[in-house]
Amino acid sequence: MADLALILVGALLVNNFVLAQFLGLCPFMGVTKSFAPALAMGLATTFVLTLAAIACHLIHHALLVPLGLEWLRIIVFIVVIASVVQFTELYLRSASPLLHQSLGLYLPLITTNCAVLGVALLVAGEGLSLPGTIVFAIGAAAGFSLVMMMFSAIRERLEGADLPQAFAGAPIALVTAGLMSLGFLGFVGLD
Amino acid sequence: MSGGTFTDAAIRRNPAWIQLLGLCPLLAVSNSLVNATGLALASGFVMVGSALAISTLRAWIPNRVRLPCFVLVIATFTTLSVLLLEAYAFELYLRVALFVQIIVSNCMILGRIEAFASRQPPWRACLDALGTAAGFAIALIGLGGVREALGQGTLLAGMEHLFGPGAAAWRINLGFDSAPFLMALLPPGAFLIAGLLLGLGNGLRNRLSPKPSLRTDFDEHGKTNPDIREAES
Repeated sequence: MADLALILVGALLVNNFVLAQFLGLCPFMGVTKSFAPALAMGLATTFVLTLAAIACHLIHHALLVPLGLEWLRIIVFIVVIASVVQFTELYLRSASPLLHQSLGLYLPLITTNCAVLGVALLVAGEGLSLPGTIVFAIGAAAGFSLVMMMFSAIRERLEGADLPQAFAGAPIALVTAGLMSLGFLGFVGLD
Repeated sequence: MSGGTFTDAAIRRNPAWIQLLGLCPLLAVSNSLVNATGLALASGFVMVGSALAISTLRAWIPNRVRLPCFVLVIATFTTLSVLLLEAYAFELYLRVALFVQIIVSNCMILGRIEAFASRQPPWRACLDALGTAAGFAIALIGLGGVREALGQGTLLAGMEHLFGPGAAAWRINLGFDSAPFLMALLPPGAFLIAGLLLGLGNGLRNRLSPKPSLRTDFDEHGKTNPDIREAES
């Protein structure tokens, strides 16, 4: 249990995927201009990331390791992730049209979110067990969502700020992310 | 004409600084010149290889399943570059392993292939890919140089991991007693320095061409879209 709790805190705060490991920066910079889309993207990513990590873990241990094909993992994982995204979309469309309406736009983009592939590869590389994989994926995804929400809230305030013209848009967003990352450095040592 | 394709892809549409694509590897491995060069070479290899392959095969790729096909070709070249690095530069591979594997989900590569290589003859696709790769390399190596100089006080340290033992002598000491600004090597430094460099670049461009500046914004694909503010409001 204590191991799992450490994995969770590590993935959520200490090694935060966005601010400490630089994974998933495209949605972090791209869909955080306001709070609602950032929240939706965070939720959609959490769902897909957890499912994809479990699927990749199972396929890695049931298929790739016994056959000695670990070097094929990049190709296999990207196909698994694309399929999980596709099935999630099909399922959401029939099961919950309302949810599909709010999250559907973000689902295809998750295929190229390197945080999803990153979790699958990290889990395979570190040889985590299945419970460890699930906890690690949930922690990573929750950390991603947390940072997305915080960053979008700050960027909504930045909209009204009086900035030098050269810094408007992306540069000030990067500097803001840098300050947030500095804050997250304070978690180092928690685990 | 052909030179135009190259410089257009490398400078005017610089994938990293102008379009802000491929930010994850850009910020993650730019903590030293050797890491930056290694990843720039690997990305360039994947970019050029898959652009060439897809542009050669473009007549046989059915339009409806083209994106899965592109991703599979990119994943194949990524696997190749991982195997090559593992075989010939293992020390370096250990440091940048995750980000070499993640080249496959770099939107810069898929973007250029969808927009250019899948519609053009191989030699033009190859030039465009070389230009994009060069532009990415310029951004990556530039940021890597600034961060290594500020964080470590050296330049070109550890190049022997990439270019063989002879390259150990390339190391330049900038004459600091200790690390002048350690934070440059840590994650916050990557964001801060990238933001400051980008702001500096914007400022210089505004100074050089006093037109109303193009405000960099993103749509969901991470591509710049100056009109998105109007569209949203």
